[in-house]
Amino acid sequence: MSELQYVGKSTVRIDGREKVSGATRFTEDLDYGPNLLYAVIVGSNEAHAYIKNIDVEAAQNYPGVAGVFTGKDFPYKFGLYLKDRYVFALDRVRFVGEQVAAVVARDIKTAERAAKLIKIEYETLPAIFDQMESFRSDALLIHPDLEEYSHVPWFCPQAGTNIAHWRKTRRGDVEKGFAEADVILEDEYHVPRYAHCPLEIHAAVGLCDLSGRLTVWASSQSPHTQRNLFAEVLAPLGFKHKDVRVIAPPIGGGFGGKAGVSMEILAAALATRLKGNPVKVVWSREQEFYNTSQRQGLIAKIKLGAKKDGTFTAIEHQLYWDTGASAEYGANVVNAVGLSAIGPYRYSNISIDSVCLYTNLPPCGAYRGFGYSEFMFGLESHITRLAAKLEIDPVALRRKNAIVEGDILAYGVPMNPSGLLQAIDQVAAEIDWGKKEISNDPNKVIGKGFSLIWKAPAMPPNASSAAFLKFNEDGSINLLVSGMDMGQGFLTVMAQIAAEILAVPVSKIRTENPDTDRNPYEWQTVASHVTWSCGNAVKKAALDARDQIFELITRVHYLPKDTLFLQDEMVKCRTQPKFQLPLKDFVINGIMTEDGTFKGGPILGRGIFMPEFTSANSDPETSQGGHPNVHYTVGAAAIKLEIDRETGEMHVKKAVEALDAGKAINPVLVKGQITGGLLQGLSTVFFEDMRYNDKGKLLNPNFTDYKIPTAKDIPDEIVPIIIEVPQPDGPFGARGVGEHTMIPAAPMVANAIENALGIRIKSMPITQEKVAIAILNKK
Amino acid sequence: MKQIKLNLNGEIRSVLVDPTETLLDVLRDKLGIKSPKCGCDRGDCGACNVLLNGRSVRSCLILAIETDGQEVVTVEGISQKGLSRVQETMINKNAFQCGFCAPGIIISATELLNNNPHPTLEEIKEALSGNLCRCTGYLPILEAVRESLEGGKNE
Repeated sequence: MSELQYVGKSTVRIDGREKVSGATRFTEDLDYGPNLLYAVIVGSNEAHAYIKNIDVEAAQNYPGVAGVFTGKDFPYKFGLYLKDRYVFALDRVRFVGEQVAAVVARDIKTAERAAKLIKIEYETLPAIFDQMESFRSDALLIHPDLEEYSHVPWFCPQAGTNIAHWRKTRRGDVEKGFAEADVILEDEYHVPRYAHCPLEIHAAVGLCDLSGRLTVWASSQSPHTQRNLFAEVLAPLGFKHKDVRVIAPPIGGGFGGKAGVSMEILAAALATRLKGNPVKVVWSREQEFYNTSQRQGLIAKIKLGAKKDGTFTAIEHQLYWDTGASAEYGANVVNAVGLSAIGPYRYSNISIDSVCLYTNLPPCGAYRGFGYSEFMFGLESHITRLAAKLEIDPVALRRKNAIVEGDILAYGVPMNPSGLLQAIDQVAAEIDWGKKEISNDPNKVIGKGFSLIWKAPAMPPNASSAAFLKFNEDGSINLLVSGMDMGQGFLTVMAQIAAEILAVPVSKIRTENPDTDRNPYEWQTVASHVTWSCGNAVKKAALDARDQIFELITRVHYLPKDTLFLQDEMVKCRTQPKFQLPLKDFVINGIMTEDGTFKGGPILGRGIFMPEFTSANSDPETSQGGHPNVHYTVGAAAIKLEIDRETGEMHVKKAVEALDAGKAINPVLVKGQITGGLLQGLSTVFFEDMRYNDKGKLLNPNFTDYKIPTAKDIPDEIVPIIIEVPQPDGPFGARGVGEHTMIPAAPMVANAIENALGIRIKSMPITQEKVAIAILNKK
Repeated sequence: MKQIKLNLNGEIRSVLVDPTETLLDVLRDKLGIKSPKCGCDRGDCGACNVLLNGRSVRSCLILAIETDGQEVVTVEGISQKGLSRVQETMINKNAFQCGFCAPGIIISATELLNNNPHPTLEEIKEALSGNLCRCTGYLPILEAVRESLEGGKNE
């Protein structure tokens, strides 16, 4: 291949000017006209209760109210992987804040006043706020009808329990593996829930016009999946997919929280009852915390065995997840971890149990990292501790057991090519691993911590991407895809891929935001998979367009196809250097022949991609027999942490993170992911701390009490390192890196604290307060 | 309801406001100015920052009625005669990701550079510390502000 012109270059984002000039219009910035209605959603005060009665009369009669709606108006179940939630709570509520009723009015203040008049009578039930309590065989059932819920075939809900899914993976013989071990370490690690905190709060506007077509504008990572779910949920009302349209304007951050469907269903459903009027539902920051989705809490029990030389002999990993009141998305996080909780290591003997448990806390779902940040906290802490027991350097122990291409994964499939060893070596060199550092301040100590990174996209086996590519009269291109740019730079990267194939500069390509009426299918923008998956679709669309161009030239100019190539927005010919035809001369209007007739017409490329080699079919007792993951992206990271030995105050002097992007289509955007994702990870360690009271009410649903970092809370230095061992089936070798960036944060901090103070902290967050108390306890 | 007049981005605009309406709501819903965003509605996030008589304020914490006769500048105003130097640097440095926080950060940076053309890194961090960004880790934004300084970075 000749040298790449656009791929691999740190191009300026194609949407940068819109964002910086204030021109970008997010969902709430669009003008929905004077007919707009506002919905206020009344949430449950109870964590677990039967709804005995809802008195809506006073609200209904309040002047200016257009309608009051409750669960009885939309008695439909929905969910992405497991249909376990209702549009509004129907006969019982399962968490504090769950939507019970909506009041709709022409202005929000009227709706708010009327909403206060709704009287809900509850019969309180005992509630469960702890996953281990939920796991008990005599636990009260949160979803007594679980066995009737429909779900994807790879889920295993257990009737008569609170277990929404249990993923078991078995390989080899762990008993034999532990018998072979010289050292065995067994312990438990706790990770609490976290909130995504995108700066843009969830917003959705539904409009069902008088002909019966439903349009929903939503701040969404998943426009096509939302259309599918809206059409499915509202099918009893006669909706077909063609009559449901989801428009996804630019979104102000997602981090998994805008994947699937949560509050958007309310705008869609309410619109069907208020035809001709757009209905807006916007969460408050408070609702954003407790009624979208949260990251699941985890209790992980790890048993790891190794020989004296450090070779791992067996791993037993039991993971108990607090998924909250609904598992429709969270259970797939549990599933993904159940297949991958070995980390980036090689073992012959594996036993994983990943158990998804209902509780009466807010529902959980996808969050950047999809379960890997959670289990890697325990596993990467554990490996550093095991290294100490073995008296082996923790980086050397990781390197010795690091998984390499061809090693067999937990579910029996060989590992893809990866640059894990390069990542380990480069990070160790950059952080001066092994060199003890001393703080200038006698009250402070410096510790170093290391962690590996590992994650695969978790997708259904038939998740696909599609692209349309249209040329314009001037040779510029509109590229239609349905991935979302939530900040990662998707639109720019897709333009770079098309630019490379068609020799058209990135500045002449506009990538369009999704509108399900005109943009082709995309499963969802999740799982760090769109650069890879949609990138393949865009590449195919561009190749399709190129093929059409070459065929036309062959037909009109009789030049053999295999002598043609594109360069500088022109078609050229290897055998006839004088032949140069600018794309703009024919990509719309065709080419005139001698008799004045034209050949050709608009060039329209089409590309689809589906990973046809994956399968979720496997033995539910062992997870052997399928091919559930497309590939893993790996990396390594290290931190240099300064700690005040009196106050526990911590300061990151330096953080290094290396990821194997396969091929960084846009290196500066990859580095931007590392800088941002790492801080998001560090925030879950140092600052974020969700507090519930004993009634299941979230006590800190705002940025005053749930702190996320400011510009003053950042590391002194972050060194991003890009490794490029190509992914054979990726566009130009690329694979995703977006989520991976935050995965090493927690374990490397815990490891650095132990390195500095000799204190091991086994639960997150690791706040200054927690460190200070640990220091006092040690004294 | 009261009729107020304000100098908005260089133009005198007249608008009828309810005494309880915030400047943010009036800008967005009655004056068509959409760059200030509502990220928290309680002054935590800075996404709604605007310049009021040259000083950055949270427009979600200011009542519109208080701004009668005063001067309000938003990113629309800063951008209308071509982008400022710091905005151009932000584009070239890919300083933002989702960009939802960008207008508020541009307001804070503009205020800083108007008052202190050669801020140190610590001064830039301080000036931007009232603006939350969840995507970038702040470093590219800080770099962009530094690179926009006349004569390059100021250590």
